[in-house]
Amino acid sequence: MGMYEQIARNKRRSFLMLTAFVVLIALVATALGVLLSGGVDAFGIAAVAIVIAIAMAWGSYFWSDKVALAASHARPADGPEFRRYHNLVEGLCIAAGLPKPRLYVVEDPAPNAFATGRNPKHAALAVTTGLLEKMNRVELEGVIAHELSHVKNYDILVTTIAITAVGAIALMADLGLRFMWFGGRAGRRDTNDSGPLGLALVLLALALLVLAPFAAQLMQFAMSRRREFLADASGVQLTRYPPGLISALKKLRADQAVVHYASRATAQMWIESPLERDQEVEEGRKKGTWLNRRFDTHPPLEDRIAALEAM
Amino acid sequence: MTWVIVAVIVILVLLVGYVILAYNGLVRTRNRIDNAHSQIDVQLKRRYDLIPNLVETVKGYAAHERSTFEAVTNARAQAMQAQEGGSPAQQAQAENMLSGTLKSLFAVAEQYPDLKANQNFLNLQEELTSTEDRIAYARQFYNDTVLSYNTRIQSFPPNLLAGMFHFTEREYFEGDPEAQGPVEVQF
Repeated sequence: MGMYEQIARNKRRSFLMLTAFVVLIALVATALGVLLSGGVDAFGIAAVAIVIAIAMAWGSYFWSDKVALAASHARPADGPEFRRYHNLVEGLCIAAGLPKPRLYVVEDPAPNAFATGRNPKHAALAVTTGLLEKMNRVELEGVIAHELSHVKNYDILVTTIAITAVGAIALMADLGLRFMWFGGRAGRRDTNDSGPLGLALVLLALALLVLAPFAAQLMQFAMSRRREFLADASGVQLTRYPPGLISALKKLRADQAVVHYASRATAQMWIESPLERDQEVEEGRKKGTWLNRRFDTHPPLEDRIAALEAM
Repeated sequence: MTWVIVAVIVILVLLVGYVILAYNGLVRTRNRIDNAHSQIDVQLKRRYDLIPNLVETVKGYAAHERSTFEAVTNARAQAMQAQEGGSPAQQAQAENMLSGTLKSLFAVAEQYPDLKANQNFLNLQEELTSTEDRIAYARQFYNDTVLSYNTRIQSFPPNLLAGMFHFTEREYFEGDPEAQGPVEVQF
């Protein structure tokens, strides 16, 4: 698949995803509202929920990069010690024909990196201090080229939107469940009084609340894995030097450190999964179940290294 | 009858629309090549600007290596001259010579431990390495743009337009085998 089709597809996907998230958020918010009020004014609540959902989608388009950077505790990479980092990015941007993104560092010994933003003009790149310390020049260049490919292919748009939207949904569902446990006692009697319709609404709301985070995460992960292979390939097309990225990925594999400020929500934007890995699955002794594989944000490093070595 | 007229008009509008879009696309890619070409010059100039600083810094520690400094300064002057009005082949040759003399300058620097620990020298070394990278990347980007432009004006139907409006194929930048890829600087 060519780069231009990939870009068009990512833009289309971002739009679809924003729409899907508006619908999902509206549904969850309505469910929450119905639960809390006992099904009094479902339409009014739904209207408010839709407005909130559209506002959230709008916000996640414009501010998702700031959210992602803040959530990872990234700070701007100013100062002479980051000269090499700036130089490498500038060089690769020339090769890729991209404007230079804003550069950030995350104070963390675990080597990792991510890119975020809504388009190449509004992009940001963050690396951990561990990456800058542990990688040599060509390896660092390979990693940055991989991230710049995410920028060029508009992967960053899809990813950051997914992160903010999933975060919002998870938060709302979490709130809803909490209300069920702690605040729901008093309301339960009222809902029983409102008849079979009210009960059905409450059940539907419950089902939605439980399913929403799952649905959102499946959506998020299903899309991120193949993109990593693509970014590896187009990153190497920039540096014209596969061994650089291969040796960087091998170093990442050898390093067991976990990024401190990374969570399930932001995991998929890093170059390599920042979370603790299931060692047995990694080493092939235990086969990941279908559901487990669904929840992996990144393809195994082995597969990525093998794909690069085959080039 | 009216249907035929409508159909003809629709087809004409589509055709004119296509020609306009395709023509503008060709102009855009051609301008991108010129832009990519000037990017190379920008980076080359950056390298010329860094060299005097580097020579001065090394001089501070190794004043008696005069022949090396002279070689670098001369090669720089020649490269800049070739840049002004030389043929691409002359430019490539002058650039290669400059790279060669820089190599020997760094070999000289290698013999002075104080110099190698000098922060200013280390910064210049980093700047020069990344500038060499940028030159290579700018050439790579130039070739990539030429490739997509040439492919475009050779494929059908844009080739008809290209012939009509004199969009001609561009040449790739080809350094000699030694200059291909990042220019190697030995530290």
